[in-house]
Amino acid sequence: MTPEPTAPHILLVDDDEDFLFQHKIQLEHAGYRVTTATTRAEAEALAAELKPDLAILDLMMEQHDDGFVLSHHLKRLLPAVTAETGISFSPTSGAERAWVGADALLAKPIRFEQLKREVERLLRDRDKGLGTRG
Amino acid sequence: METLRVLVVDDETGMRLAVARVLNTYAVRPDESDEHAVNFTVDTAETGEAALEMMAAATPDILLLDMKLPGMSGLDVLREIRERRIETLTVMITAYATLETAIEATKRGAHDFLPKPFTPEDLRVAIRRVVRHLAVQREARRLAEEKRQVRFQFITVLGHELKAPLAAVEGYLQILKDGSAGNDPAVVGRIVDRALVRTEGMRKLIVDLLNMTRIESGRKRRDLAPADLREAAVAAIETAAPAAAARGIAIHLEAPERAPLVADRGELDIIFNNLISNAVKYNREHGRVTIAVDRADGLWRLRVSDTGIGLAPEDAQRLFQDFVRIKNEQTRTIPGTGLGLSIVKKLAQLYGGDASVDSQPGAGSTFTVTLKG
Repeated sequence: MTPEPTAPHILLVDDDEDFLFQHKIQLEHAGYRVTTATTRAEAEALAAELKPDLAILDLMMEQHDDGFVLSHHLKRLLPAVTAETGISFSPTSGAERAWVGADALLAKPIRFEQLKREVERLLRDRDKGLGTRG
Repeated sequence: METLRVLVVDDETGMRLAVARVLNTYAVRPDESDEHAVNFTVDTAETGEAALEMMAAATPDILLLDMKLPGMSGLDVLREIRERRIETLTVMITAYATLETAIEATKRGAHDFLPKPFTPEDLRVAIRRVVRHLAVQREARRLAEEKRQVRFQFITVLGHELKAPLAAVEGYLQILKDGSAGNDPAVVGRIVDRALVRTEGMRKLIVDLLNMTRIESGRKRRDLAPADLREAAVAAIETAAPAAAARGIAIHLEAPERAPLVADRGELDIIFNNLISNAVKYNREHGRVTIAVDRADGLWRLRVSDTGIGLAPEDAQRLFQDFVRIKNEQTRTIPGTGLGLSIVKKLAQLYGGDASVDSQPGAGSTFTVTLKG
């Protein structure tokens, strides 16, 4: 299924090749446009260039803090998209959660239905112009 | 300073007081090299019954127990201690240490004997022996606990390593089932390929795990017979050839015509296959693998060199441990179980040798295995 060119655009970041591939297929099937990245540098370049509507990223990547730093940076990289654009995986402490600034945190393993619901909710909240969630 | 609790059980008041006086002012090092001395706090009981009551409240580290007591005898007390599973080291105090009573007391769990009458020095010598024994006992327990922890950690990591590929394959099956992949044969083909890659990785992990368990249990039936290292190397090169050819990597062998060794050929294959497949996997495109077999200092020496990504010194140190895989952007997509080099090292040690690595980051690594024979 080819998503509409105007469909919401999601940046998907994970260092697990299979996770990326599977979620790209499922998100596209759900009607989203998806761009994938495997590293923080790649994700930051793509975010600046493509200005996605939402980013889904793994907090635990090869370099231990990369996912955290990426989530933190995305807030500044995507101000036009509202600051609240990340769904990050893996649970974290309260302090880390605040610093990471993600709108939703899901612990792996995640069910796709659950991820889809969060994506829909975040995009809806953004369209309504709601503030920070999560 | 550590304080050990001593309980003295004797119906003679003078004896109880004398023992308490000697031990209250005594300090001993469990080991000559030990910095910390041990001292003692002494409780006393007049009868076996009173002693058991005190032990129910607080277990002494050391029990000095008179054999001959007014009510229940020393042997009765020993039996009770055993039945109640009280963990204390008992020294029997006895005026008539016949062989029979000694044997009976030892059977019931007495650790040592102190014949009456004894001097303060005799008492200190007996106590010093007990303290040393306690120290050895504790060290043994600490090692057992450490072993248990290592085992526990191994199983935890193993569980994760088995779950990850299974989850990936399940994910692909689910996608095929719910139809979200669509009908594009290229997408479906890639899904099947990835699922196969992950199941293959899982199968290799299980094979490595079984090999390792056999080596570690020492129960593997080893088929020791005259073997040849050159032959083993040639066979492993053939196994690695397709993967090497796919990436334009050349493999060279430098070995004498004959390199005889009494060995289990299966074990030699595991060593060569692991080292050569690593040298291919972690090499650059159009790189080179050199396998050198020679003798040095009465040992066979196998060296497998590559022209690959190399290792940072801090990574090289950890590399031979279970499940250690060096994770970075260059190694991200390279499959492996994390057990191969650990197995190679254990096997080398079975042959009175060892395994080591010498590496230049960005230039390549040389793995060296020595084997006695």
